[in-house]
Amino acid sequence: MSLLEALPIGLLGALLGLDVVSFPQAMISRPIVAATLAGAFIGNPPAGLLIGVVLEMIALDTLPFGASRYPEWGSAGVVGGSIFAMQPAGMPGALPASLLAALLTASISGWSMVVLRRLIASRLERTRDQLEDGSRDALMSLHLSGMSLDLLRGGLVTVTAMIIFAPLVKAIVSIWGSESAASHAVVVVTAAVVAGGALWKIFHSVRRVLWFFLAGSLIWAVLLVTR
Amino acid sequence: MTATPEPTFELPWRTTAAMYFRLFAVQGSWNYETLLGTGIGFVMEPALRRLPGGVDGPAYRSALARESRYFNAHPYLAGVAVGALTRAELDGVDPVRIERFRTALAGPLGSVGDRLVWASWLPFCSLVAIGVYGAGGSALAVVGTFLLLFNTGHFLLRAWGLRIGLARGLNVASALGNPVLRQGPFYIACAAAFVGGIALPLALQRITGPGRAVVGGIIVAAVIGILLLARLRERAEGWRIALGVLAVFVLYSVLT
Repeated sequence: MSLLEALPIGLLGALLGLDVVSFPQAMISRPIVAATLAGAFIGNPPAGLLIGVVLEMIALDTLPFGASRYPEWGSAGVVGGSIFAMQPAGMPGALPASLLAALLTASISGWSMVVLRRLIASRLERTRDQLEDGSRDALMSLHLSGMSLDLLRGGLVTVTAMIIFAPLVKAIVSIWGSESAASHAVVVVTAAVVAGGALWKIFHSVRRVLWFFLAGSLIWAVLLVTR
Repeated sequence: MTATPEPTFELPWRTTAAMYFRLFAVQGSWNYETLLGTGIGFVMEPALRRLPGGVDGPAYRSALARESRYFNAHPYLAGVAVGALTRAELDGVDPVRIERFRTALAGPLGSVGDRLVWASWLPFCSLVAIGVYGAGGSALAVVGTFLLLFNTGHFLLRAWGLRIGLARGLNVASALGNPVLRQGPFYIACAAAFVGGIALPLALQRITGPGRAVVGGIIVAAVIGILLLARLRERAEGWRIALGVLAVFVLYSVLT
């Protein structure tokens, strides 16, 4: 993939990466949205939605608590969604390889957020006297440059990931050795384990919550038998 | 969220609208030194222009400096602090009292918001969207359901926070006892668990395709994995485990 081809996807990654923390936190950066949008951008929304749902199950495990370090799902969703949507239909390695690319992007992008926060802190240190003097210009400059840098960060991460991972995933898919059913099963079981573990981690302290989960599962079982 | 009559405090609607809009960018300069502090100053700035002397006056400058210092809160509930601090500044409350109030409010706004939004509302909305997918929903239906549901709560919470903060000023702490904030996480968690019980297997079924035996096998493997992961609790990060498993599997599939 050339830089020119990656740029429009990079723009989408930049906008969705901005949503994670800076603006407007409307959760358009959640993988279920980001990957679907990226799939639609490539012309294959169902593929984007499929990998978006798998990524969303995995993303349930990470809660974006303030200063903690967490993976950044906005750019990752765009990378995973667009790479998976580019693959020919029915290729067994497409989903696991695209998912791996998305998870690696999420990890790298999470690290880039830490770097950005340090950068803003060092900029703040340089303008501390002006801020302590109540300078409107210094505050606006710090705030708006922080948002601009975050936009740039998301775009750079997405473009770089696309340039590296798009050809890599294509190559992996072409020499994939595992069967289609096994490839799908590994992805599905992994996502299910992480999602189930995440629900337990988040809700285990809530009274009687397991009963609510079992009641839901019972309804699913009834649906499975009757449909 | 509350019907309690409040003492009147009016800001021009354009100022309130500007503050509400800026609330969505409150974390624009989030950093490890002041956390949300500079963002609070950024959001309050349109209202502080109303202080005697305007933007060039000493009251404006000292208030802006004070409000841009260290502060922490959940971003969706930052409006409570912004509203309360704006009112305190415009009412001319003693700066020492304002500083004390800022320190006292930061902790509760963080923990209440984290519990309500990140640990309840967001997983609930995700699970509903996953359920819509499992039920055969289109891309538009899944994304539309998630965004509409999540942001109805999101936008209302920000608006409520700003309104209650402006209305109550430094007496806003009692608003954190609101039943939605106190009991909401419990009820949303129960609803999320119920939805999760239906949504997750439905979605797995759709991803896997037809074949009850395959779905059954996957669910048995998943339950064993979940039990193992549950034993590890906070010691293991699920997404890192997924990354490791996929990396090994991709490597294996390429080399064999």
